[in-house]
Amino acid sequence: MLNRKKRRIPEGAPFTDEEFDVVCSGCKSVHKRSELLKTGYICPDCGRYVRVPARDRIRMIADSGSFYELDRGITSVDFLDFPGYGEKLEKAKKQTGERSAVVTGVMRVLGIPCAVFAMDSRFVMASMGSAVGEKITRLFEYAEEMRLPVFGVTCSGGARMQEGAVSLMQMAKCSGAVRRHSDAGLLYVALLTDPTTGGMTASIAMEGDITLAEPHALVGFAGRRVVEQTTGTALPDDFQTSEFLLDHGFVDAVVVRSDLRDTLGRILRLHVGGGD
Amino acid sequence: MSTLTPYERLKTVRSPARPNGEKYVRALFSDCVELCGDRRFAEDPAIVSGIGYIDGIAVTYIAVDRGEDIEARMKKHFGCPMPEGYRKALRLMKQAEKFRRPVVCLVDTMGAFCGADGEERGQGQAIAENLFEMMGLKTPIVSVIIGEGGSGGALALAAADRVYMLENAVYSVISPDGCASILWRDAGRAHDAAECLHITAEDMVKLGIAEGVVSEHGGDFDLLCGELQKTVARELRALSKLPTEKLLAARYARFRRIGVYEEGGDR
Repeated sequence: MLNRKKRRIPEGAPFTDEEFDVVCSGCKSVHKRSELLKTGYICPDCGRYVRVPARDRIRMIADSGSFYELDRGITSVDFLDFPGYGEKLEKAKKQTGERSAVVTGVMRVLGIPCAVFAMDSRFVMASMGSAVGEKITRLFEYAEEMRLPVFGVTCSGGARMQEGAVSLMQMAKCSGAVRRHSDAGLLYVALLTDPTTGGMTASIAMEGDITLAEPHALVGFAGRRVVEQTTGTALPDDFQTSEFLLDHGFVDAVVVRSDLRDTLGRILRLHVGGGD
Repeated sequence: MSTLTPYERLKTVRSPARPNGEKYVRALFSDCVELCGDRRFAEDPAIVSGIGYIDGIAVTYIAVDRGEDIEARMKKHFGCPMPEGYRKALRLMKQAEKFRRPVVCLVDTMGAFCGADGEERGQGQAIAENLFEMMGLKTPIVSVIIGEGGSGGALALAAADRVYMLENAVYSVISPDGCASILWRDAGRAHDAAECLHITAEDMVKLGIAEGVVSEHGGDFDLLCGELQKTVARELRALSKLPTEKLLAARYARFRRIGVYEEGGDR
């Protein structure tokens, strides 16, 4: 399922073979990106799912060479002069090479065209600010116009507090775009990955026609610590995991990474020609 | 216009002396019939809702209520709705759509309830569904932040055609206390966080998040409600004249234009 062959990538292409270190969110061990691409971002040390950078996520799902990026130029800015945000953004941009916490575009999966967005947890915890809201809104608008399904990979710390209530409004803005896309009879498949929380859970993560989740991903609205403080009780280990959500009826399926491309392809195929 | 600092306003709207949602309902609407329950799991008393008239217009009202005394407050989770509260609100909005009644929401919450039971019953999903449905609801929606507009739990009742702020009301993506703990590991600096977050009524108008501010008339509740009633009724009359398609397009455009980012580079 992976592009193991080293491909020559033209300048400005969505994917590069640049080497960087990725930390396993489970055992904290550090791995080379090239090494993780081979394992599908499964930690060679502890076997847990490592958080996948947005571009690599798309690369792992899209048919080879089929991804075309949209709105790459949209950039997060510190418009409220919020303490530390400017530096945080500069650091995130430098570390990731991204301009916002989401990558959007169109791709093919098993030959079927599909719009896609993937959030990048390395960029200010993939929190949802204006740039993310605008890119996701534009993607759904584009998909509606082109009559494409949308596949969205969510992970997020929630709304981006450094953008004040403007970031909160992105939840309504994106929901509006999802709604219009849905009213046009088009399919939206969401994949919830570790961690999907707060405003992301309370908007686009939970608005899919079909909601998939990765094994053991943290998915919830309120933070675990906040819930423990509020209720004064210890929570079970599986609280707010994908499996917990499956048990409680909030996701359709928990899908392992090695099956994801096939599962998505099958879902997309089942909707081809439908919806009109 | 309020002369209080952002943090003083937050303190003001959180004060037990501040009129609660139900008091506004009684003052603003007449011939009310309260409607309860989400038809799925439970009745959430943190949301008081029903049908009634505002200035002669039949509407569905949905108000967050923090409760009068400590007994009521505990039952209402201090005005933090459970998923069933949001689902009750949605049920009544869909009912309003069926009977072509406009919806008026009065928002005053620190946020959606943060508890294990809320999570088990899909707090996030409940809010998401409200946003999704409200963005396509075929009847006018006017929301008023009467006290605290706390994050997604407030937005779930404010994805509206018009949003008004009471003079001292605040609207925030995160509580200033929570923000201060994250930023400086010191909830005591909520005062500073309140400044940074831009939470006041004037900020909301400036950012395009609210249409206007309603004076609190120096604490004269009757005068305040008189003005609020007129403002809401005027907006409902104007919105009711719009064909559904235009109403929905304008609601979409209202949120579509909110956001600040740069666009440059390759595309």
